[in-house]
Amino acid sequence: MKIGVVTFPGTLDDRDAARAVRLAGGEPVSLWHADTKLQKVDAVILPGGFSYGDYLRCGAIAAQAPVMKEIIKKANQGLPVLGICNGFQVLVESHLLPGGLIRNEHQHFICRDQKLRVENVDTVWTNQFELNQEITIPLKNGEGGYIATSEELARLEGEGLITFRYLEVNPNGSMNDIAGLRNARGNVVGLMPHPEHAVEPGFGPDTNVAMRSGVDGLLFFKSALNALVNA
Amino acid sequence: MALFKKKIASGVDTTTNAAETPDKEQPFKELGLKEDEYARIREILGRRPTSAELAMYSVMWSEHCSYKSSKIYLRQFGEKVTDEMKKHLMVGMGENAGVVDIGEGWAVTFKVESHNHPSFIEPFQGASTGVGGIVRDILTMGARPIAVMDQLRFGAVEHPDTARVVHGVVGGISFYGNCLGLPNIGGETVFDRVYQGNPLVNALSIGALRHEDLKLAIASNPGDLVVLFGARTGADGIGGVSVLASESFDSERPSRRPAVQVGDPFAEKVLIECCLELYKANVVAGIQDLGGAGLSCATSELASNGNAGMRVQLQKVLKRDESLTPEEILMSESQERMMAIVPKRDRKKFEAIVNKWEVEFSILGEVIAEPRLYINWGKEEIVNVPPRTVAHDGPVYERPVAYPSYQDSLNADTVHSRGLYRANDSGTDLGAQLWQIVTSPNQASKSWITDQYDHYVGGNTALAMPDDSGMIRVSETSGLGVSIATDANGRFCQLDPYQGARLALAEAYRNVAVGGAKPLAVTNCLNFGSPENPEVMWQFKQATAGLADGCLELGIPVTGGNVSFYNQTGDVAIHPTPVVGVLGIIDDVARRVPSGWQDAGNNIYLLGVTRDELDGSVWADVIHDHLGGRPPVVDLANEAALADLLHGASLQGLLESAHDLSEAGLAQALVESCFRFGMGARVWLDEICERDNVDRTCALFSESTGRVLVSIGREDDVKFMGLCEARGIPVLRIGVTDASGEIEIQDVSTFDLEEMRTAFKATLPALFG
Repeated sequence: MKIGVVTFPGTLDDRDAARAVRLAGGEPVSLWHADTKLQKVDAVILPGGFSYGDYLRCGAIAAQAPVMKEIIKKANQGLPVLGICNGFQVLVESHLLPGGLIRNEHQHFICRDQKLRVENVDTVWTNQFELNQEITIPLKNGEGGYIATSEELARLEGEGLITFRYLEVNPNGSMNDIAGLRNARGNVVGLMPHPEHAVEPGFGPDTNVAMRSGVDGLLFFKSALNALVNA
Repeated sequence: MALFKKKIASGVDTTTNAAETPDKEQPFKELGLKEDEYARIREILGRRPTSAELAMYSVMWSEHCSYKSSKIYLRQFGEKVTDEMKKHLMVGMGENAGVVDIGEGWAVTFKVESHNHPSFIEPFQGASTGVGGIVRDILTMGARPIAVMDQLRFGAVEHPDTARVVHGVVGGISFYGNCLGLPNIGGETVFDRVYQGNPLVNALSIGALRHEDLKLAIASNPGDLVVLFGARTGADGIGGVSVLASESFDSERPSRRPAVQVGDPFAEKVLIECCLELYKANVVAGIQDLGGAGLSCATSELASNGNAGMRVQLQKVLKRDESLTPEEILMSESQERMMAIVPKRDRKKFEAIVNKWEVEFSILGEVIAEPRLYINWGKEEIVNVPPRTVAHDGPVYERPVAYPSYQDSLNADTVHSRGLYRANDSGTDLGAQLWQIVTSPNQASKSWITDQYDHYVGGNTALAMPDDSGMIRVSETSGLGVSIATDANGRFCQLDPYQGARLALAEAYRNVAVGGAKPLAVTNCLNFGSPENPEVMWQFKQATAGLADGCLELGIPVTGGNVSFYNQTGDVAIHPTPVVGVLGIIDDVARRVPSGWQDAGNNIYLLGVTRDELDGSVWADVIHDHLGGRPPVVDLANEAALADLLHGASLQGLLESAHDLSEAGLAQALVESCFRFGMGARVWLDEICERDNVDRTCALFSESTGRVLVSIGREDDVKFMGLCEARGIPVLRIGVTDASGEIEIQDVSTFDLEEMRTAFKATLPALFG
């Protein structure tokens, strides 16, 4: 299964995302921001970073990139898309997911091992988790505060679209402790924390078993492969 | 606009004009040149310099660029070496950064550099461009930058200005490093009032490359194109080198904010990827980054290194501000710029790659065989110099050296002569001292700072703060990796700069060893006061000798470094602060050892001997606000034996954890080993006191060198003791790890682990959060 990993100028976690796809058993394919074709990939990951220097607003310029035109079109037809951190911001700016992401309420960039609850497992990217499973993956952002209008929040809650919620610590002042969302169809998922940094023993978050052994992020990518195989 | 341009052009000081007007007065003093230096420039050229030439010489002959006061001492890093030490060295001192062979066809390059003065004036931009500058040095060697670290010294926490500097510097490093996608894997933070008006902001970067990808800053083939690419040239940082870094702060002068550069990490990230693609396509014959001294440095160094010359058309430089004069263009320190030497046949390929990354470029001229640098402004020749005289044959000073008048009384003022109170008879008091020390700003958790840095990006971070060293995987197939640790104790260096430098080396060496890596090479950033003060020059002389001798003894070479002088406010110099970075190599990062205990029921061993060495210690500072006496003794042969033991033990998988003992001695190592994974311990001091004939204050707080705290699984006890015995390393079992949630130090105190860790983490947020 081919999973495209998009590189915008300023993208940082593209190599990590490609590694995660590989470790899950998929084949990563690099997509360049100026591409107009998606090379027949079965799914797309928008990785973290500071696309176009985060100028204007995080993700705002990337949302207008040539490659995004095609991704938006295909996503609306059901192509699985995962947006991580800056990728989540791009999804929001592309209106594939609702709401917005603003400066952390404490005004600092924060990097920490973050506990989350997976509240929705009916998506392409979360089907290998158990409902309400608690996972720990790294979080690192300066502008991760999720906001939406109260009507929008009520709709998201009511329709069960909130996919990940922060546990123990809300690291950036996100409304309703929202860490990530899905669209109604379940093919598009976006979140601020970084599953691709918790896929390989020795390089993930600390766990009770051993240092840096956390691999909770791997199930995101295995979920996608599972969904694609069974599609 | 056209009129304005014409006016500038007509006002240009040409070489012909310079020859015709020998007596014209020139502002060489304002540019930081001394009378005799100016006279020498006239002698080299056989006429007065043009204003453009004067600009070039003034920045390139500044202390920052020419190392004119330090050169005679830095030579010994190249002289005090054996062939064995040079074995792994692919590029030594003098290039942008040293390059070390780590095997399997891989090499790494690493260097630490100062950005002290800009970071006081404008902490955010000063610190961020410090990161940007060192990363470009690494990139220039042909390497992909893979990690950064920073070494910070701030003023006293209670001073009203400290928070401004801390917020700016940490914010700047966080902003720039995070946006570049480089994991920040460690560093140092120290608060001391001696750095109040002159904080130290050192930045380190490390890069990895395949042997065949090595690049040098060299222009040697006549006809090759001289290409400037990256950001446009603006008015920022003009005179940054000569005016900022080479003179002390003086409150009576006007604000120097305009001389600080402004950074754009997005432009740098794009530049990194663009350069790596250029290297891969093999279309650059030589490359140089533009940092201090900007175009003056890049053109003259490239030509000088290649024993060649250049013809450059300065009007081709892409500018952010069309009103810039030729002199300003030559001196500008605008960030995120590189200069490449491109063979003509590769021009198309070069252009395709830079265009792909949407990086702007302009071809300024070409390399010529004649070793002469000609720079034109339109039709007018404004520079005509031998490049070597600008880049490499700058002045060399043997500055006066004087043994400091205060030194003897400082050394005589010991913890003992003062009769400083020791709380040995009262466990409660000792426990209270321990609490006070580990929650003091210098000893408390730095997570408020390090949590603002991304240490995950890249997916290769095997160790990072709060472990003793940072470790990065280089090869994903074999697990081959490198680790790095930096240290400097300014208090020890003030007491004895020779020993102080060796202490910094010993500590960094030990920190690399406890992680399971083998120390391989050294970099340094030598932060000192004014070289025009003979007592400071003595400190510098002693520290460099100590470091060079130490490296020779340990058999690891210095591969490069940086000197920062004029770190003082008025007449008061900082403590000499030679930051020493040691690079280690590990065949498989999966073997790395953490700094804290992971499991209950393991035995805790103290390696090494504890002596009554409290002079200059954290204990003397925090409890008694005292600095005097002599620093701890350093035995480098012993450090090497200890490192060898740790390496052997980690190869056999015997070490559950290993933590170096340094600032605040056993007390600090013990609590940090507990905090790392939240695992408690029961410890006794009696046997240390008995065997080493020291009291409990010493057992807990002495900063004797050559000591490490390890935890060993019970099943490995015999094997481990055997290794220690075979190498003659003194070893004492001083406790066991347990899951009680407590840290019990018998006859001293029992602490609740979580309560203490909460206090340990709360210190910096309470001050700066």
